[in-house]
Amino acid sequence: MRILDPHIHMTSRTTDDYEALYAAGVRVVVEPAFWLGQPRTSVGSFTDYFDSLLGWERFRAAQFGVRHHATIALNPKEANDPRCRDVLAEVPRYLLKDGVVAVGEVGYDSMTPEEDEVFAAQLQMAQDAELPALVHTPHRDKLAGTRRTLDVVRESGLPPERVLVDHLNETTVALVRDAGAWAGFSIYPDTKMDEGRMVALLQEYGTDRMIVNSAADWGRSDPLKTVKTARAMLAAGFTEDDVDQVLWRNPVAFYEQSGNLVLDPVPGFTEGAGPAAGVEYEGSSVLRGVRA
Amino acid sequence: MTEDLPTADPGTDWLDRSCAAITAEPDQVTRAFALAARRVGREPQRPDVDPTGVVHGTVDDAARARLVVALADAVGTGPDLVERLTTLYRQGDGAERRGVLRGLDALAAAGRLAGPDGAADALVAAGLELAADALRANDPALVASAVGPFGSAHLDQHTWRHGVLKLVFQGTSLDAVHDLTARADTELDRMARDFAAERRAAGRTVPADLGRLSTAIG
Repeated sequence: MRILDPHIHMTSRTTDDYEALYAAGVRVVVEPAFWLGQPRTSVGSFTDYFDSLLGWERFRAAQFGVRHHATIALNPKEANDPRCRDVLAEVPRYLLKDGVVAVGEVGYDSMTPEEDEVFAAQLQMAQDAELPALVHTPHRDKLAGTRRTLDVVRESGLPPERVLVDHLNETTVALVRDAGAWAGFSIYPDTKMDEGRMVALLQEYGTDRMIVNSAADWGRSDPLKTVKTARAMLAAGFTEDDVDQVLWRNPVAFYEQSGNLVLDPVPGFTEGAGPAAGVEYEGSSVLRGVRA
Repeated sequence: MTEDLPTADPGTDWLDRSCAAITAEPDQVTRAFALAARRVGREPQRPDVDPTGVVHGTVDDAARARLVVALADAVGTGPDLVERLTTLYRQGDGAERRGVLRGLDALAAAGRLAGPDGAADALVAAGLELAADALRANDPALVASAVGPFGSAHLDQHTWRHGVLKLVFQGTSLDAVHDLTARADTELDRMARDFAAERRAAGRTVPADLGRLSTAIG
C-alpha cells in the first residue's frame, strides 16, 4: 500500500511516528503551516516556524525515509492578532521554495473581518505563485463557515480544482463537491470524522476528488488514520485500486499542481535501518546515545 | 511582602498585605501576580460543582482579581491602568492572564468601567483585545475567564456568540457564561441547532448544554 498523508503536523510528533508511518506505507507527507497551541506573538515566531518546516522537519522526516513537503500561510486564528499580521508580507518568498506545495492552511476560525482579509489576500498569493490552496473549514459554525469559505474561493478566481477544502463532514461535503473543489476529511480518534463514517461517505459520493488525512497534531490524534481508513475501505468491499486512488493518486494529483511534489524514495535510506550516524542538521541529529 | 507571618490564614493575610503594598507602590503588582497561587492556593471556588475550577474560577483567580482592583484603586482606570494590565496579561502565564480578566470582571461588576464621562473607555477597549486573545486560546480555563461580567457587558455580539459556542466545544459548562440569557439571540439559537444537526448526522452525541441555547434541541 502506498500512501501520501496530505495534512499532518509532524512538528508535534515523535520519531516513533515517523518509523510507524514508513512501516505502514506512508512515504510522502505534506505538513501545513498552522497554529501551535501557544499563540505566536511576532513575525519572527512565524518565520522561524516556516524555516523549521522547510529545514529541520524535512531533515527529520528524511532520516526515516519519509518525503516531507509543506504548505505556508498565516493561519486563520492568528490572522486576528495584529502582532502577527505583518507575516503576510513574508509569505510570498516562502512560496517560491523547494518543497512548498500549496498556500495553507487558510480559511476561517471565527469568521471575523480580519480573517476575511487574510484569507482573500492569501488566495491571491496562491494565484500569483501558481500554487494550489489548502483551506481549513472552521470547527465552530461549520456549515455557515463552509458556505462563506466557498463564496470567498469563488470570488478569488482560483480554479476550484486547485482548492482542497478540508475538515469536511456529512453536512458540508455536498456543497464542496458541487463547487468543484477537492473534498478533504481529517480522520480522528473521537471527534471530527472517523474511518467508519468516511467509508460511508465514500460509498455515497464515490472516490473521485476525495482526500483523506490524519491531521495528526499536538492533540489526541493518530498519524496512522490514513492506513486505518484504507483497511476500513477494504473491509467494506472497496478494491485495492480504490484505496490507491483515495490514499495516493488523489492527494498526488492535487499537490502535483504545484510542480513541487517529490515522490522519489529518499536517497540512501535503507528500509529497516535506523537513522544515519553522523548526519546532522545545524549541529543536531535525531540520534541519541552512543551507537554500539 | 513575600515573607509569610504566622497567622491563622496566611493566604488572606498575604493578600491584604499585597493590596496595601500595591497602593503604596503599584509596581508591586507584578510580583504579587506571579506569587498569588503559591500564597493563597489553587483550589476551585466551588469544588462541589466545579472540581477543576474552570467554570467558576479558582482561589488564585479571585486573589488576582482583588490585586487588579487594588491596582485600579492606586492608579485609577485611565491610561496607566491600561498599560499595566496589558503588560500583566501579555507577560503573564495562563493563570495570570485569567487573573487580569477576572480583575476586569470585578471592575465591571462594581460599575467602574461604565462612567458617562468615558474615562474608562480606553480600558474597556484594551480589555476587549485581551478578552479576544483569551477566546482564541486552547486552554479552556482561559477561554472561560473571558465570558464573565466584563465580556457580558462589552464583547461585541459575534465574538460573544463564538465564545459561548467554543465553551460547548471544549466541554465547559455554560454556567461559566455570565448572564447567558441576557445576550442569547436567534443567531446563537441557529448556530446551536446547526451544531446539533452536525452531531446527529455524524451519529455522535449532542452536548446537553446546546439545549440551553435553543428550545428546539431536545
